[in-house]
Order: sequence, then C-alpha cells, then structure tokens
Amino acid sequence: MVQDNQAISSIQTNLPPTSVGLSDKVILEIRGISKTFPGVKALDNVNVKVHEGEIHALVGENGAGKSTLMKIVSGVHPYGSYSGDVYFDGQVCAFKTIRDSERVGIIIIHQELALVPLLSIAENIFLGNERVKNGRIDWFQTVSKTRELLDKVGLHEAADTLVNDIGVGKQQLVEIAKALSKDVRLLILDEPTASLNESDSEALLELLLEFKQQGITSILISHKLNEIAKVADSITILRDGASIETLDNASVDEARIIRGMVGRELSNRYPERTPDIGEVIFEVRDWNVYHPLQRDRQMIYNVNFNVRRGEVVGIAGLMGSGRTELAMSVFGKSYGQRISGRVHMHGAEVDVSSINKAINNKLAYVTEDRKTYGLVLGNDIRRNVTLANLGAVSENLVISDAKEMLAALDYREKLNIRCSSVLQEAVNLSGGNQQKVVLSKWLFADPEVLILDEPTRGIDVGAKYEIYTIVNQLVAAGKAIILISSELPEILGVCDRIYVMNEGRMVGEMSSEGASQEKIMAEIVKLEDKEVRA
Amino acid sequence: MSSISASKQITDGSTFGDTLRRSLRQYGMLIALVVIMGFFQWRTGGVLLRPLNITNLILQNSYIVIMAIGMLLVIVAGHIDLSVGSVVGFTGALAATMTVTNGIHWSITIVACLLVGILVGAAQGYCVAFLEIPAFIVTLAGMLVFRGLSLTLLQGQSVGPFPETFRGISSGFVPNPLPSIMFRGDDLHTTSIVLSVLIVLAIFVLNTRQRQNQQRYNFKTEPAVMWLLKTILAAGAILYLTYLLSSYRGFPNVLLIMFVLIVVYAFLTNQTTIGRRIYALGGNVKAAKLSGINTERLTFLTFTNMGFLAALAGLVFVARFNSATPRAGTAFELDVIAAVFIGGASAKGGVGTVIGAVIGAFVMGVMNNGMSILGVGIDWQQVIKGLVLLAAVFFDVYNRRRG
Repeated sequence: MVQDNQAISSIQTNLPPTSVGLSDKVILEIRGISKTFPGVKALDNVNVKVHEGEIHALVGENGAGKSTLMKIVSGVHPYGSYSGDVYFDGQVCAFKTIRDSERVGIIIIHQELALVPLLSIAENIFLGNERVKNGRIDWFQTVSKTRELLDKVGLHEAADTLVNDIGVGKQQLVEIAKALSKDVRLLILDEPTASLNESDSEALLELLLEFKQQGITSILISHKLNEIAKVADSITILRDGASIETLDNASVDEARIIRGMVGRELSNRYPERTPDIGEVIFEVRDWNVYHPLQRDRQMIYNVNFNVRRGEVVGIAGLMGSGRTELAMSVFGKSYGQRISGRVHMHGAEVDVSSINKAINNKLAYVTEDRKTYGLVLGNDIRRNVTLANLGAVSENLVISDAKEMLAALDYREKLNIRCSSVLQEAVNLSGGNQQKVVLSKWLFADPEVLILDEPTRGIDVGAKYEIYTIVNQLVAAGKAIILISSELPEILGVCDRIYVMNEGRMVGEMSSEGASQEKIMAEIVKLEDKEVRA
Repeated sequence: MSSISASKQITDGSTFGDTLRRSLRQYGMLIALVVIMGFFQWRTGGVLLRPLNITNLILQNSYIVIMAIGMLLVIVAGHIDLSVGSVVGFTGALAATMTVTNGIHWSITIVACLLVGILVGAAQGYCVAFLEIPAFIVTLAGMLVFRGLSLTLLQGQSVGPFPETFRGISSGFVPNPLPSIMFRGDDLHTTSIVLSVLIVLAIFVLNTRQRQNQQRYNFKTEPAVMWLLKTILAAGAILYLTYLLSSYRGFPNVLLIMFVLIVVYAFLTNQTTIGRRIYALGGNVKAAKLSGINTERLTFLTFTNMGFLAALAGLVFVARFNSATPRAGTAFELDVIAAVFIGGASAKGGVGTVIGAVIGAFVMGVMNNGMSILGVGIDWQQVIKGLVLLAAVFFDVYNRRRG
C-alpha cells in the first residue's frame, strides 16, 4: 500500500492541546515516554495530558502503542523499564507493580477480562482485596458491599452468582464494579465494548458518563469512533508509537480522527467494487442444529440461504443470534449436534459432515476468534499459512521446505502481511496481520466459498480497508463470500445482499441497495414483536 | 515472485544477536551434554570415554532413548504417558513367559510382544483421543494395570535365561566379516568403521544438498565457515566415537536400532505432514481441528506408537538383563519424561525435537554413569538429577521469555 506522504506532513505539525472546559487540573501527565522492546521501539516520546473528571479517548491503529502506554501508566511495565515520566496528581509515579498504581487509584480493565469463571461475583470483586475480620473472610461485609457496587453499575444479579453463568456484557460490569471497590480515581478501559452487543455497549457508555458526573476520570481505548464521539471529551491519537495530537471532541468529526490515525485521508472506508454476480454456487437448505451439550435446545431453525458466484452476502444480527453457530455447523459440523439439512454446491448435494470433506468441497470458514480457533500462535507464519492444505506443499506426505516457503512468501506479498520474516511467530503479530495470516491459510486451501466470521473485529481502520480490498479481489476472481458481521455499516458497505438472523432464524433478506441500518434493525425487532404476540 | 525479493525478505530483520540466541536455544543442550561429558571425563580420570564404558553407556541408555522418541511425540501432542515403565515390565514378562517358560521361538515372541505393545498403546490412545479422558489419568491407570499384569505373568518370580540369539538384540554386536585393522596397537572393528564412514558421507551429502537447495531458493543460510565447522565437528565426533567403539567390540546391535529410529522419527517430525500436524495439534488443538486436521486420530496414533516403542524397549531391556523380573521398568517413565523435557520440549505441547529428546536422555545417562564411577551414592544422584532437570527447564523457559 502506498503511503500518502503529503497527507502525513500536513498534519504532523502538533496542534496545541485544546482546552476541554471541564477542569483545568491535570490529573495524569505523560511526559516524554519512550519504551523499547528487544528490536522494536514501541513508544517514542509520547506526551499526553489528562484533565481531572474528563473522559479521555485514546485511539490509534493496532500496534500504535496504546496498550503499551496504558501498561506503563498502570505499573504492568515497571518504573525504570521505560524512559520519561508519568505524573499523577503532580507526583512522579514510580510503580513497581499493578498494586502500586491501584494504591493511588489508577485501575485498568484489560481487553481480556480477568475474572475467575468458577467463583461468584462477590468473590471476584474482592479477589486479592478480601474483606477480612480477625483473619477470616467477612462474608456479610463482602456480600453487602458487592450489592452496593452492583447497584452502582446497574447490574441486577445476586452476589453469589457464578461469573460463568452471566454473559460477557455483565462480566464487563463486574470488572467495573471490581474497579470501583478499590476507590478508583482514574479508570482505564481497554476496548471495553469489543465483545459487547449494541445495548450492552450503550449501557456501558452511559455508565462512564455517570462516573464522570461523580468526578471519576476515565481513559477509554476504543476502535469504535462512534462511541468515542458520543462520550469522550478529548481524544489523543497515537500513531507508530508517537502521540500525534490531542483533539477536542466537540470540534472534530470521524474523518478527522481517522486521518490522524492512519496519517492519510481515507476518503472511502469501503473500497469500490462493480459487482459481477453469476449463478448460485452454494446453497444451504432446511438447516437445523441443536446445542452441543443440551440435546433439546435448538439453536438453528430451518435456515435457508445461498450465495452466488462473485457475490458478497452478509449475515447481520445481534450477538448470540446464531450466526457463528450456523456457519460452524455448516463447516464440517464443527458446532452442535443432531444437525439436519442439505448443502448444495453447484446445484449438486455435497457431503460436508467433516471439516476435511468441507475443505475438499471448496468451503472455508475464517473464524471470529483468531487466537483460539485460527492460529497456532507458537508456530511461524509459514506453518500457519500451509496448515489447512499441507498436501499442496508435500509429496507422498513429505513436506517440501522450498514449496512451503514460497507459498508463505507469496501470501505475505499478496495480502501485505507486515512482519520481519515469514519465520516470525504468529503470536508476535498485530491483530490485523494475524487476521491476514488466517485469511492466507484459507486462501491457500483454495476454496470457492469463504465464510468470513467477523473478519475485522478488533483490528484498526487501515487493516480493515485492506481486508475489504482482499474481499473484493476474491469475488472479482469468481469466489463467493459470506460475511458475518455485527457492524452494520460494514455489512452495508461491503455486501451485495444481506440476510438478517435473529434467535437462530433467518428473519429477513434484502438487497444492499436500499438497505439501511434502520431496515435491518427493523427486521430484527419484527421477530421480537411476533414472539411477544404469540 | 522473483527470487531476489524473496531473499531480501527472508534475510531482513534478523540480527546477529537473534542468530546467536536462536543457536544457543538450538544447541544449548548439546553444549551442556559436551560440558557434562568433559567434566566427568576429567573427574573420572578418563574412565568415562574408555571404549568399554562408552559401550556400556549406550547399552544402559538404549531403552530410555527408544522410549524418549515416542514420548517426545506424545508430549508435543500435548499429552503425557505414565505407563511406559509398566509396559516395559509387562512386555518383558510376556517375552519371558513365551520363550523361556513355554519354549516358543524367539522370533514369534518378538513379533507378538511388539503387537501387544501396539495394542496397549492403542487402547490407551483410544481412551485419550476418543473417550476424551485426560492422558494423565488413563496412563496412570495403565501404569497400575500393566505392573499388576506383569506380576501375574511372572507369578512374582524372575524368569530367565533367554536364548543366545534373543539376547543378541541388546548385548550383541554388529558382526565383522572383514579383516580387522590394526591401529596404534588396537584391533579395530572394520565393519563399524565402514558403516560410520558411510554415515559421515551421507551426512555430508545431505547437508550439502540442503544448503544448495536453500541457496537456490534464496533462503537465508548460515555463513559458510559456520556450516563447514558444524559439519566437520559432527563428522569428527562420529568418527571419534566409532574409533572408541571399534577398539572394543564394534557397534552394538542396539546402537543400530537406535540410529534407525532416530533417523526415521527425526524425518517424520521435521519433514512429513503427519509430524507437522502433531506439532499443530499440540500448539493449538482447536485451530488444528478447524483446519481439517483429524486431531483424534493423530492423538490415537501417538499413543499407539508409544506403546510400540515401549514394547521394543521392553524387549531390549529383558534381552540385556537376560531375565524378566516383576519390578523391571519401575520408574522408567520418569527418566523418559525428564529426558524429553531436558531436551527442550514444552510441557504445554507443540514444542520439542527428537534429537533434543535423545540428547536429553544422554544427559541423564552420562550423569548416572559418571556419578556411579565417581562413587556418588544413589541418594545424591537423585538429588542432582532432579536439580539438573529443573535447571534445564528453567533455562528453556527463561530463553523463551526473552525470546
């Protein structure tokens, strides 16, 4: 990808931080922070000022250094492992551990929740910070304090409910309640809504605004610019480990933020494509699936869908509407039991009852959870790319090193995987590049129909654009793509035709011309009305 | 894609420090083995590398090495097998019952024992792979069951001796139809020398071809001096050991068995799709499964293979001691597992090499042997071996973290 150097230079002049009009008191100041990992300069002279009582958004592409910076502020990277200083309340922070930062009231909630699933909400909230009387845990105090905290975050669950038994949205609230139990002054949230559905995200953002009223300062790391526009007071943009600028939210729009993040104007977030759609090549009929553990719980009800050559078909729906379950059950029965229904390819019924058969019938499924289901993280890029089609680089079961290497280099170039070498371990890549490796693996398996499940989740704007470009190239080459996404703008921007799923059923189908977010939501709501009436 | 851009892409981003660290990780245990051997050679006043002792060292460790190869696959796949010691005892007992007690021909006995080992491994593999019972539990049960069965077979007695031909598996030497060579007052075993020269030539040819291939495809190659030095060092070590062994009675049969197994399994793990898939399965079973890999069948196969190698080790063991005893093979599983971990395998699965496991087995073996020569008591031997295991794994974890 060609970088637009002029656009970069036009915004490299640091704008002075705009005043945010809340409080002039700076609660956190990051001054000249630089941090190097072996071989990589992660942060380079970063400066950020956070005012007391504001919601300060931190944005940037994956790998821009947001998480590293927050790990320094919260003491995960101890004092001395970086240069520059962090001031909290005007004092230099010399945190050795997270405990030190928590003592002054800086609490970080990581993207991956740190709750123990088989302990209760109350036990989790006071884990490491137990209410103790005479050397014994004081359960009365623990539970009553927990109730208080749950009230504050608006979570209506009993204190002794196991964390395992509540959804991700509620778990996120438990994390926040846990933070509140520690007299928080500065709350840092790393992608808090990444795995939440719309309504849970909404509730969480409301909560942040409420905290603001109570004088709690928050730093919000997020890729979702609409959320930032909604709640943030000021926005700091990081790019390539450097703080580019701090903007006043009142005076900027999304395009301005994106420009700062990628260093170039991204006029259209979805690349143009002239559809060239052929005959139906893949069709699923009367598909029914039951829950893998609970025999009588039906997850997918009589679903029918198809996709044509050169077409991108979207499946929209809320979290838990059964889209991933549908896709995985079709892909070699990798989800569920008591599966019934038929799969047709080019008009003929095909057997996709095992993953191998599905792959042999030119079907591929790119998972939504690349770290758990997509990559062997400890293996290098090369080995990950060839994993689903080792036959193509081997003869009589013997792998040809040369063929394998060339295949990996080929995909590295085609998909623009940024890495020091294809021998780099997948674990060290950024999210966007990991996603490209997973895509490479499936492209190398040479499918005709690709199911992409949330292919852009948790990756930055620039990498998203690249993924969309790859999708366009694939359909231009005559492949058919099924795109599962929770982001409606993405569905609308990329797909030719859209299915809407809810509660395990296909509840709507529409052409993308004339489709809108409102229309899709209306299809979802329609079913719920029906259920209420029934 | 042009090959020039390929070479550029592969070589960039790797500094001298990276290379050094990588080779330290790769050759760390080999260097440790050489250091340990040097230490004992010095402390024992040269006894360690005497031809007789080297021969003993190989015979003593052969069954551990054979099992370490199988255990490596099991551990890479993310499992463990605690039953191998008992399976050694059981197959030994079976061999004794068949050949010594019932007079069945030794060749039938060998085939039968190996088949039984395969069945034992398959049964345990079935429980782990298809019934999804944790390997720790399955093989803990197996450890008790097969220990009990060997006691039953032998009715608590030692049974022996075995026919001479059967004992040849372990205590026999490669025959020498060629005239001996005289060298510095020693009668050298000509066949062994010819064999080892052939092996050295093969190594040289294969290495050269690999290097040419790498250069042809513009892959990153190590500096020519390094490469030559490594090849010469390897050849030198092999020829020197051959010289030592030849001045005693030549190559033991079991050394050839080990050599063939090491070559076959190193090839299997490095160069075949089966090996690659086992590593992927150990690295991330869910991703492997979704990539169309039949993870259950592979797990089943690694345990079946372990059963086969444990049976082979059992035969080598009884042949060496010439009688089956009810407690034979007790605690072998611990030595074998230790060898694999010392050799750099990860307890989490997905990482480890056959060569590493073999080196690990010899690290333990040389320490056993060296400390025994020095007269260190069995009590302190255990303490020291335990600490070495811990240190080796720590070294590995530390290296990985810096990584």
